[in-house]
Amino acid sequence: MLPYSEPFLFVDELKEVSENGIFGTYTFKEEADFYRGHFKDLPVTPGVILTECMAQIGVVSLGIFLLKDDDLHNSGVALTNTAVDFYLPVFPGEKVKVVSEKIYFRFNKLKCKVQMFNAEEKLVCRGEISGMIKAE
Amino acid sequence: METKEIIYCLKKIVKPYVQNDLAFQDFGRDTDFIKDLEINSANLVDIVLDVEDEFNIAIDNDSMDNMLTVNDAVEIIKTKQREQ
Repeated sequence: MLPYSEPFLFVDELKEVSENGIFGTYTFKEEADFYRGHFKDLPVTPGVILTECMAQIGVVSLGIFLLKDDDLHNSGVALTNTAVDFYLPVFPGEKVKVVSEKIYFRFNKLKCKVQMFNAEEKLVCRGEISGMIKAE
Repeated sequence: METKEIIYCLKKIVKPYVQNDLAFQDFGRDTDFIKDLEINSANLVDIVLDVEDEFNIAIDNDSMDNMLTVNDAVEIIKTKQREQ
């Protein structure tokens, strides 16, 4: 039901969703193409990809739930703002958990406080992400 | 609240979101938030939320859609304040 596909889908499971938040998981594929270049001899998941994962689970998936519109072909999604701090690296094959809390959803803008944790439950990154989400 | 006072408050709220500084120098009743100040729609939402807090009013979807210029905002703020 999400408007993404390989190689740019960064959602495996959505575990819990409510009016106020969502949490889900993703395991970064060891064979993902970006690891060939980031970095040349030391594959680490790029921060922008971690941010994208947080946005897909924490903002877009939650937004679709809040819209109560399963027919995604009728929805529009656009990222409008990210402010993220990074604490730990994520290596190929690692599973992460994304936890998102709604700050507000008004006039089609969804703003969330989003956190990502690794398999040891340690904080990987956190920040605020917002997007415009509407049924067209 | 007087129009002049409202415009003064609006100018303060809008400032951090302005893209076109030159147009901001001429901030007045006819200023269009998107066309003149080049504010994007996501930041326009932040402005409306700040306006709600500053003037202690609630803005509905219809009012939001009609809030294109400073003058529109002033009229909406005055109307909402009267209703309360």
